[in-house]
Amino acid sequence: MAMTITEKILARRAGKDRVTPGELISARVDAVLGNDITAPLAIREFKKIGVKRVFDPERVILVPDHFVPNKDIKSAEQAKIMREFARAQGLTNYFEVGRMGIEHCLLPEQGLVGPGDVIIGADSHTCTYGAVGAFATGVGSTDLAAAMAQGETWFKVPESIKFVYEGERPEWVGGKDLILHTIGDIGVEGALYQAMEFTGPAIDNLSMDGRFTMANMAIEAGAKNGIVAPDERTVNYVRDRAQRPYEIFRSDPDAVYARTIVYDVSKIEPQVSFPHSPDNTRAVSAAGNVEIDQVVIGSCTNGRMEDLRLAARVLGRHNVHKNVRLIILPGTQEIYRQAMEEGLIATFIAVGAAVSTPTCGPCLGGYMGVLAKGERAVATTNRNFVGRMGHPESEVYLANPAVAAASAILGRIAHPGEVI
Amino acid sequence: MGSERLAVRFEGQAWTFGDNIDTDVIIPARYLNTSDTAELAKHCMEDADPDFAGEVQAGDIIVGGNNFGCGSSREHAPLSIKGAGVSYVIARTFARIFYRNAFNIGLPILECSAAVDGIGPGDQVVVDAATGRIKNLTTGEEFAAKPIPPFMQEIIAAGGLIAHVRRKVKASAP
Ligand code: SF4
Repeated sequence: MAMTITEKILARRAGKDRVTPGELISARVDAVLGNDITAPLAIREFKKIGVKRVFDPERVILVPDHFVPNKDIKSAEQAKIMREFARAQGLTNYFEVGRMGIEHCLLPEQGLVGPGDVIIGADSHTCTYGAVGAFATGVGSTDLAAAMAQGETWFKVPESIKFVYEGERPEWVGGKDLILHTIGDIGVEGALYQAMEFTGPAIDNLSMDGRFTMANMAIEAGAKNGIVAPDERTVNYVRDRAQRPYEIFRSDPDAVYARTIVYDVSKIEPQVSFPHSPDNTRAVSAAGNVEIDQVVIGSCTNGRMEDLRLAARVLGRHNVHKNVRLIILPGTQEIYRQAMEEGLIATFIAVGAAVSTPTCGPCLGGYMGVLAKGERAVATTNRNFVGRMGHPESEVYLANPAVAAASAILGRIAHPGEVI
Repeated sequence: MGSERLAVRFEGQAWTFGDNIDTDVIIPARYLNTSDTAELAKHCMEDADPDFAGEVQAGDIIVGGNNFGCGSSREHAPLSIKGAGVSYVIARTFARIFYRNAFNIGLPILECSAAVDGIGPGDQVVVDAATGRIKNLTTGEEFAAKPIPPFMQEIIAAGGLIAHVRRKVKASAP
């Protein structure tokens, strides 16, 4: 029977020959993830279950990244709960400040997620790992607690939507633009409960960093997971990192999809999502004159090497606009180090940006760049909900790193072509 | 928790919200430096309706539109709603992580488009937990919610996911 990649992975971990959409299954998980917001709650629930140890101390991954380095006393207490639990349980994959990264940049980089894996994380952007051909999805703290105890969880097998990206990407159009365009087209609930499978020549030609960006935002269309079938690029990425054996699955040619949607990417311009919803997209050229106060380049969506290189290229020798604060957050310690080596950090500092140790910080309005009433930001993040980056009357415009950098220079939403 | 589940009738005033109510407006991240339910309840729905947390009464019902609870996986969102005393959330559809979380922590939710259309702000509403029937006492209209899937019913019957797992763990202990 023909199956999609998502169905094949779930069938394998459920110990079945096949699964069909709508079926409820119990599946083994290859790893589970929590962060400094969700893990403390999960640990509290875990302690009620009555098992002493987690199912596998190598596969329970805890990353403090949202409010660390601790932003206040309360968040310090939360981080401490997690740190102490990691020590008591002997977890090998707890990542401390100074050695960490934003979880969804960190796990693939460290080879903790691989093709064919089933991963759940108490963070909605866990779907990022679909970029390496894994089934990965976000859950809440209680589901995380149960999986920490049992090493398995239940799923309803999702239907899949096949997205085919044809044609060649124009300059300045990256993974962010493809996914923003897609979400703008199908809407924030366009893939509710479904799998988004990204295929086509434009995906074959897309870098791993671009694929991470796309899978990352599947949740923004309501999807359960986003996924890209592994190819040579994937194997090159995972081969030297993988900490466990991996298995490559691909969809059968006659697999059944809920629908198939085809885009010609040669017609797509850099996109901007206007407040207050990721599906409120427009082409940059249609943005009008939107003056801004802040630009954030980073996050689990666009805080990787390719993103920082792109930002540095656009910034070049331009100074950041006098009315703008540009905040740059490398996704992991390793990305930070490499950006230093390549001279990107020197560029950022020279043009007047603030560069931070890896953290989620402003992405969720946590700290390190919270917006005041009436302020506007362009951000390479993934959500622009009401109050997402601070005051409920502030505004966030989502864009790719090149658009964000150009906007930082000109003090308004701008096309990179305007400064290069 | 036990007595709540046994009650068959919930009555309260309706608080209506639109489509795509996301977890950032249900409980903004600025309050996520704690997981204390009572503390979270004080800020429930703050960025959608700043008066809600102060005025909501025990038993009241939230009525949302499409995709209720979209966005982050923060369980703090259903916890804050439960902590605020809300007895039911009724929506056309729920975002999937929120849907799982609500059952896992024991916040009752129902999908019912007709009820969403037929309930206005401040209407007095009754929910029959056993049958999923919803009645708008203000207008006299009645609605039938989509049945709760059997697996979810099992979790509810056990008293939430943790109790369900604890039972399984005990049963398999040597
Ligand atoms: S960077 Fe933003 S979206 Fe990503 S995990 Fe952190 S808070 Fe969530």
